[in-house]
Amino acid sequence: MKTILQATDLTRHYQVGQGFLSKPQRVKALNGVSFSLATGKTLAVVGESGCGKSTLARQLTLIEAPTSGSLVLDGQDVVGANAAQRKAMRSKVQMVFQNPYASLNPRSKIGTQLSDPLVINTSLNAKEREERVRIMMAKVGLRPEHYQRYPHMFSGGQRQRIAIARAMMLNPKIVIVDEPTSALDVSIQAQVLNLFMDLQAEFNTTYVFISHNLSVVEHVAHDVMVMYLGRAVEIASKTALYAQPLHPYTKALLSATPTIHPEDRKIKIKITGELPSPLNLPAGCAFHKRCPFADERCQHDEPQLRAFGDTQVACHHVERIN
Amino acid sequence: MSLLDIRNLSVEFGARAKPFRAVENVNLTVKEGEIVGIVGESGSGKSVTMMAMMGLLEKQGRVSADMLQFNGNDMLNMSARERRKIIGKDIAMIFQDPMSSLNPSYTVGRQIMEVLTLHHGLKGSALRDRAIELMTLVEIPDPARRLEAYPHQLSGGMSQRVMIAMAIACKPKLLIADEPTTALDVTIQAQVMELLLNLQKTQGMALILITHDLAVVAEIAHKAVVMYAGQVAEVSAVPAIFRQPHHPYTQALLKSIPEHSKGTERLFTLPGIVPGQFDRPVGCLLAPRCPYVQEQCRTQRPELRVADHYAVRCHFPLSAEGQR
Repeated sequence: MKTILQATDLTRHYQVGQGFLSKPQRVKALNGVSFSLATGKTLAVVGESGCGKSTLARQLTLIEAPTSGSLVLDGQDVVGANAAQRKAMRSKVQMVFQNPYASLNPRSKIGTQLSDPLVINTSLNAKEREERVRIMMAKVGLRPEHYQRYPHMFSGGQRQRIAIARAMMLNPKIVIVDEPTSALDVSIQAQVLNLFMDLQAEFNTTYVFISHNLSVVEHVAHDVMVMYLGRAVEIASKTALYAQPLHPYTKALLSATPTIHPEDRKIKIKITGELPSPLNLPAGCAFHKRCPFADERCQHDEPQLRAFGDTQVACHHVERIN
Repeated sequence: MSLLDIRNLSVEFGARAKPFRAVENVNLTVKEGEIVGIVGESGSGKSVTMMAMMGLLEKQGRVSADMLQFNGNDMLNMSARERRKIIGKDIAMIFQDPMSSLNPSYTVGRQIMEVLTLHHGLKGSALRDRAIELMTLVEIPDPARRLEAYPHQLSGGMSQRVMIAMAIACKPKLLIADEPTTALDVTIQAQVMELLLNLQKTQGMALILITHDLAVVAEIAHKAVVMYAGQVAEVSAVPAIFRQPHHPYTQALLKSIPEHSKGTERLFTLPGIVPGQFDRPVGCLLAPRCPYVQEQCRTQRPELRVADHYAVRCHFPLSAEGQR
């Protein structure tokens, strides 16, 4: 299996000024995350707001440079690259955003929006561009007459198809998908998820699928990375994770997810409290204040990701609680 | 007797000559202490039904009904002044986005106390004590200090707890929760849901839960009402509706959630989208999308037929095997 992207100890801190006399503080949005992406597979990134999912997406799409750590994309190191190399790399990673009502330019026709990536990144002439756009529109299930229409003439599901077509225009190696269906209705969600699967089967695209909906993740992902406060707490294959979640936070997430068969639920763990502020992370394990299994050691000793079976998990007490 | 009894409620918007019926002949009964889940996609009329019931649509829309009774009071022919005595006191509502339903310019304490002053005439330390008591009830840590907090200083989960505190301030008989956890994270959603359930039990309220998430209904509701394009498609008990849906739309909704088709490559989809204002079909509203459509469905609109344990609006309801 070929690795398309390798992130090692990826870290991104933001400095926030508190005011004119006070000391600036650091938000540790992403705190040393390592993982690799296999070509043609889907890695789901799961976690709650503030866990660093979107910061991770900003690093992977090269919108921002990481504070430290390395990111190797298709054999090339992103951090040391010059501007021209970075531009070339950017076209290999595309993104589909959460809200299709906000991510399309309301004043520009669909045909224009879809051909923009080609204008910027290729030397095709207008006729060739239109041809490429029309082929892609057909692939995502848009009709030819949609070419001349504006975004407001489309429903949410159709807009998301347009956004997906736009991301696929340059035939990218990796598509970062940030909560693609959370703004859509259930029956439309199914259509969009099917489209993602079809496109992956056809183009062998790699997806990074950011979501907090664990039942959607179970359907689309091959591997799952669970994040908590800027760190990966568990990285596992989908089958392993859903059969036997190892980290207490993963267990809590799974048991908090509503299900249509509540009587079949295996794990029942309740966690209390809310996410601590990333401005002052708790010492030790970031999860210890909400964790039902936490003890003395968790308060000052930060657990690192380590192998447990085929899974990687960051918890001192994996052996004890499983 | 039912706490809430709605019969043939319709809501129209727009010009009288060419009205748009957002809600059409909706029937709904809620017993005391019952949890009813109303499920449907955007535009199915879930929220409009509730707003019409509370009399919030008098200016924008035209509400008609054969009966609109709450706790023995006729809500339809009630003056606005009388209705205001009931709303906020016996019927309370919480909304989807707690961040935008709280007033950002006032402290949350003041917003909770406003309800108590208005409906109970509380003053001074009694008012403050009751506000703190309510915040303790909704499990807000350090309530005395949080009284002075502004909404922007609270997280989403905390804001929703404040909203719940305001809603239950007058011990309502009916609480309407309109997508109460959609804007919240999974673990926070679970906490808020559990809080709502606890309050529902201890205070003996009835709860109407409006949601698009079938799983939430499966978790807590006693009865599910499935709405489609302004009509009630099916009413059935939980969990029976999840085992044996009678309406093709209910079945399609269930099949299209990923949890239902575990291990399959593709999800089941209903082709097309919910009909809008101008493209409502003559016959059954689901006819253009229904996999089982027949000639009668295209020409004749089905009535809601009431059977023993369920009601369904379909000419050819599904049998036990999920087939005709």
